[in-house]
This record gives sequence, structure tokens and C-alpha cells, in this order.
Amino acid sequence: MAETVTLEVQRYRPETEGEPTWERFEVPCQPEWMVLDVLNYVKDQVDGTLSYRWACRMGVCGSCGMTVNGEPALTCATYLRDLPRGPVRVAPLAHFPVIRDLVVDVTDFVDKLARVKPWIIRKEDKPLSEGEYLQTPDELERYKQLSMCINCALCYSACPIYPLEPEFVGPAAIALAQRYNLDNRDQGASEREEILSSQDGVWCCTFVGECSVVCPKHVDPAGAIQRHKVTSTIEWFKSALLPWRKR
Amino acid sequence: MKRSREPFFWALFSSGGMLAALVLPALLFLTALAGPLGWVTIRGVGEFREIVHSPLARLVSFVLVFLSLFHWAHRFRYTLYDGLQLYHLNALIATVCYGGASALTLAAAWVLWLAG
Amino acid sequence: MNARRTTFHPKWHRERMPIFWWLRKWNYTKFITRELTSFAVGYAALFFLAQIACAARGEESWSRLQAWLRTPAVLAFHGIALLFLLIHSVTWLNLAPRALSMRLGGRRVPSGAVLAGHYAAWLLASAAVAWVLVGTGR
Repeated sequence: MAETVTLEVQRYRPETEGEPTWERFEVPCQPEWMVLDVLNYVKDQVDGTLSYRWACRMGVCGSCGMTVNGEPALTCATYLRDLPRGPVRVAPLAHFPVIRDLVVDVTDFVDKLARVKPWIIRKEDKPLSEGEYLQTPDELERYKQLSMCINCALCYSACPIYPLEPEFVGPAAIALAQRYNLDNRDQGASEREEILSSQDGVWCCTFVGECSVVCPKHVDPAGAIQRHKVTSTIEWFKSALLPWRKR
Repeated sequence: MKRSREPFFWALFSSGGMLAALVLPALLFLTALAGPLGWVTIRGVGEFREIVHSPLARLVSFVLVFLSLFHWAHRFRYTLYDGLQLYHLNALIATVCYGGASALTLAAAWVLWLAG
Repeated sequence: MNARRTTFHPKWHRERMPIFWWLRKWNYTKFITRELTSFAVGYAALFFLAQIACAARGEESWSRLQAWLRTPAVLAFHGIALLFLLIHSVTWLNLAPRALSMRLGGRRVPSGAVLAGHYAAWLLASAAVAWVLVGTGR
């Protein structure tokens, strides 16, 4: 005796509709299913036009972010049994423009990630003869949590500031910048400072903290942003009170 | 690129928030509730005048009031900004909040100066 | 293709953020409530200043203040103000460890320890305030 779950999914077909609509499907399901399994069933067996993104189906690629029952979530990491009884409402990831059905445009997010220069920046590369860049476990621990980001953009979906101030660089980008700033192999903190300490950088954030609540990898971008506010402020006072100091 | 002035206001906001969090609850509880309700006996006005005479006490009081007011100003500014989406009024809101806090800080300085 | 420059793209759907977005999600409502506690902070500071002003003016001014403080409406108001002040303190101290990354002797101090330190500081500060206001008892 198969169980069924009611899927309420937001459809948006720009070639025929001006506004999104909701559609219901009764889907036979297994107890161990994720929301993604339900979507896949609908696409495979009921309506092949349902459009959505997914890839790894195990919570590491960051492709399947959507709004499930009003909260940003990875559909491949959300078990049906963890959701309250009743219809499962799946909508596109909030705060991003919807292209079709559950597919959103994340160009803005990707642009911002690139702008924070998320790579090791060296003033001078070590010559090969000097061997590898060494890093102790303690030094790794300083930024490791921040390196867990899978670029799923759930944090942008949870952040209320991002839709209100679209120029805001955003939680993941700032956390990623911090990941490199705190990496002892990196020497590029000053290059990232302009974007981080700009009006669209850390100062937009009012520590709502929702980004950290929804992050599937427990990166705590909110904490990373606050820590950068502290760093930035100390730097600001140093340069204001000691202008002759060489950076 | 112009250096953002935010760190200055954020520094006032965060130090004000910390100081207020540590000191104000006990202060308000004792002087506005426990004292008037008779749960504790607060020092008499004569003793307070003595304490307030000391420049150190007045300086500490000034810092407390100054930072608390700017904590409010910075936080309320952003609450209006984001809470009611009043971005087009940014300059006005900043002026009212920081200006108001500045005016009240000056009033505090005047009161504390006279209390000496 | 830059999403910002296609604001009037005919086919993409953009949800507008409602004015009362902070009523839509409980976590957002909690956030706005937390932010509004700044009024309790401002008020408590000004109230403190007003008391100093009354004390400086003399016995009569002070007595009038004390009488006003004992009226039920004022007591209720201060009860609510204290509640908001406590919300400020608790939320502030709970969030403080996330903004600090303390290192002692090369190792990171666990956030539990930082939190305990903050609450200990709160207790100490409150005791100091009590000592200033009440003295050591008679």
C-alpha cells in the first residue's frame, strides 16, 4: 500500500502566462524519499515539462536550492518525513528572478562570488625550489568552516536585506572572501577590502542571521560578516588615527 | 573610492550595545522598579549628589548616555531603512537619527556639567 | 548576461518584497523586535540622565520624581521597558561570540567559553551597578 504525498508546485510558463500559478500533484511515495524524488516522479511520470535544477542528489553540488514550505532548502537534502503532514509546497528559490517553473537566474550571485576574488592571491609566488606552502591544522581550522560553502545560494534566499538592497554583495560572497582572508597562504586581503568595506559590502548586513540558519553546510556566513565588521572597524580606526602607518 | 564612514558609526553602535547590555538592565530595574516598589532601599538624594559631584562618575555617565544614544540612532536608522523600505529618505533618516542622538548627547553633557 | 541590466526583461518573473516582509516569517518578526529594543536602550539612558538632573536640582525635585515613579502606569511602562532591555541584553550577549574569534595561546577559544564570559561580565556589571545604587546595605 503506497503512501501518497500532495505536491503543490509553482509553475511559471512565460510563453503562455504572465504570472506564476500553483499546480497540485498526488504522488505515490516511499517513506525515505526526499522532495527531489517527488519532483523527479512528477517529471518522469506525470508532466515532463516541469522544469527544475538538480545534479548530485546528495547535498554537495548546490544545484537544487528551492523554497520548500516557505523556507529555502536543498530538495535533495529535505526528507519528506521531516516535513509536517499535508501538502508539500515547492516554489522557486526566493529573491532571484524566475526564468521558468522552479528555475531561477543566479547570475547576480555568481557575479558577486567572482568579484570577491575567491582564490589565493600572493604578492610574490614562492619559487618551486622552496617547496609547498605549509599549513598547520590550527591554521586550517581558522577558515575551514568557511570553505565548506557549496554555492547553493540558499543564504541569499533567506537574507531579507538582499532583495531590499540588490547591490548587497551577500552572505556567501563575503564568507568566501573571509575564507581566503583567513587562509595563511593568501596575501590578498587588501585587494578584497574595497568591495567588502564598501556600502554594498559588510555594512549592508544587520545580522538578521537567517543565512546561517538555512545554510546546509553550517558555514555561518553571518558570523563571518560580523567578524569582518570588527576587522574592518579596527583597520579603519588604525588608518584614521595613525595615517602614517604603512599598510 | 571614498572610504566608507560606516565603521565609525558601527563602532559606536557596537560598543554602545555592549555597554547598554551589561549595565542598563540592572540600572533600570533598581531605579524604576525595585526602588519605587520598596524591594530595595536606594541611596538617598544627598548621597547621589555626592557621587555625581565626582568628575569620574560624570564622565562614566556621559559615556554611557552618549554610546547608548548612538546605539539607538544607528540601529533605528537601519530598522527604518530596511523595515519600511525608506531608501529614498536615507539622508533624512541618517540626519534625524544621528542628529537627534548628537543633540541629546549635548544636552547630557550640559546636564552633567551643571551637576558638578 | 547580467540580471541587473535586464530589469525589464519581459519573461522573467520577479517577486516584490512586501512592505511588511518582517511579518511574513516568524524569524523576521523576531529580528525586527530585537532591533526595536534599541528604543529601550535609548530610553533607559535618558531616564538615567533625568534622574541625575533631578538629583542635582535637589530634594524636592527628587521626591517628585520618586512619586511619579510609583504611579501604576509608570511602573507598568517601566516593566515593559525592562522587558525589552532584557531582550536586548540576552540577544546581544548570545550573538556576541559569533562576532568574536578569540584566540588564546594559538588555539581558538570555544564559543561556549566566550558566551559564559559575557554572562559573567553581565553579572559583575550588574553587581557593580547595584553597589553604586544601593551601597552595601544598612
